[in-house]
Amino acid sequence: MSQRDPLLIGQGLRKVYGNRTVLEVDQLELFRGELLAVFGPNGAGKSTLLRTLAMLEKLTAGRVEFHGKSGKMGEEALRMASAVVFQKSHFWNDTVEYNIGIGLRLRGMSRITSQERIHSICDQLAISDVRTAHMSEVSGGEAQRVALARALVLDPEVLFLDEPTSNLDTDAKLDLRTDLERVARERAASIFLITHDRTEAFHMADRVGVMRKGHLVQLGTPTDIYDNPTDVYTARVTGAEFTLAGITKATEERMVRVDVGGATFLALGEAQVGQPVKLVYRPEDLVLGPPSSPHRELSTRNLVYATITDRRDLGGLVRLRMQGPPELVALVTRDAARELSVEVGTRVAVRIKATALHAFPTASDRNI
Amino acid sequence: MDPLLEALRLITSGDLYVWNVILRSLQISGLSLGLAVVIGLPIGVAVGLANFRCRMPVVALINAGLAFPPVVVGLAVFLFLSRSGPLGELGLLYTPLAMIAAQAVIAGPYVAAVSLAAVEGIPPDIALQARALGASRWQAIMLQLREVRTSLVAAVAAGFGAIISEVGAVMIVGGNILGETRVMTTAIVLETRRGNFEVAIAMGVVLMFIALFVNVLLLILGRRSIRRPLIA
Repeated sequence: MSQRDPLLIGQGLRKVYGNRTVLEVDQLELFRGELLAVFGPNGAGKSTLLRTLAMLEKLTAGRVEFHGKSGKMGEEALRMASAVVFQKSHFWNDTVEYNIGIGLRLRGMSRITSQERIHSICDQLAISDVRTAHMSEVSGGEAQRVALARALVLDPEVLFLDEPTSNLDTDAKLDLRTDLERVARERAASIFLITHDRTEAFHMADRVGVMRKGHLVQLGTPTDIYDNPTDVYTARVTGAEFTLAGITKATEERMVRVDVGGATFLALGEAQVGQPVKLVYRPEDLVLGPPSSPHRELSTRNLVYATITDRRDLGGLVRLRMQGPPELVALVTRDAARELSVEVGTRVAVRIKATALHAFPTASDRNI
Repeated sequence: MDPLLEALRLITSGDLYVWNVILRSLQISGLSLGLAVVIGLPIGVAVGLANFRCRMPVVALINAGLAFPPVVVGLAVFLFLSRSGPLGELGLLYTPLAMIAAQAVIAGPYVAAVSLAAVEGIPPDIALQARALGASRWQAIMLQLREVRTSLVAAVAAGFGAIISEVGAVMIVGGNILGETRVMTTAIVLETRRGNFEVAIAMGVVLMFIALFVNVLLLILGRRSIRRPLIA
């Protein structure tokens, strides 16, 4: 079987509760050996997607195939070859060891082999100390590691992870994320991860899917999605959280020239002349310099002059609000801010590459 | 002699009459409880886990069973088993089998209702979690029941309580025949009326001891391996 063979295929997935459609995904494939992360806000239908792909929830319409099998046969095969870690795992009222061994017992594995595998996974996930403890005696972070161990001890062909780090504090989250990536990649063939944390998705995944209101609005490599968001929503969730409203003045190949309150910007995107558009940008993509600095030799094609109106120190970074026109927000390092001596009232030249500025016709950002 | 001391002497000396009644009681109560559990527990669990159209009336019926007066149940069983009743030909009236049937009818709703309430309280995510770990539907049910095993043991204890203290129904269908259908509760009634207080007290002491012993035993069984409350 080649590396690009889909292990799991979802087709025409549709789930309706009452008169509310919570999931509508035309096609989604999970390939062998990949980590596919789907992220989006709460209520986007991510968990429903996971449960339907894991064949734990009946679909209103559509089908899921595992190794080419669907229906009862597919479900049975997937049940034996997969494991799921939920956001809120249920632990049986017993020891850590008992909980980790449940899946092995359900598969009829002998006690000796089970013990060996439980010991091994506990070592890998650093929970050997609590192996014989009762579940009520372990911390939240340890409990989530137990949930992960319980799934990984099965060496699943498909591992489904539903926001496995969402209930943890920052330190525990970072620790678990590191172990999760290392051990899960080693023990599971393919991983389907649901998260609302874009850092987690972009950091870990081979492919990323973006969900909104039950729809998979974009699917691609993290770089694809970061560089070419298909709409305002995706742009925002990938960090392009600031928008400028303007009117399209001219169009070029895959580019538009937009007037924003008197200033003109060249941006990636397609729109008709005269059409209102939204320009989205990431604050870290704005490059600041002294107003006198020569700019003609730079490849950066957008340049405006602005005055700092607000400065916020955010640890290693400084957020600057500026009035051009238009009003802009930039994120610079503390060193850069010191070099430029930026304070409220300082005049600066602001540059942004046309490829870092995405234009979307206003009509396309429906539902935002 | 003090009736209480005399009662204790009757128990410890192995008095034939007293021990005959005690053993017959244990035999009939044990079999009644077994029958009530075999019928009541699956019904309680099935209704608790299932979701079907007429669920509410079924639950109401099971719960109503708790309020059935035992003497009325005894009367109903009597009418069924009496010579002119539908099962009269079997000739079961005034036999231990009739008593077992009556007591099982009395205890069955207790076992079913308590187990139903326990199963209804199982969070739905347990079944999902079990299936997510590879459990078949049957295995998922067993993993759910494991989480409420103390409550299921309490259901059995409730059934036992209803049986061991029952007197009216067994009197009606059993007839209180010495060596055959005389059990501790009916013997206490009879011996008190006769003025044989020491025998009545002896039976009472044993009855109380059995009630305590069985409940402690069930409690230990239910609590085994449970050291701490469940966490989410």
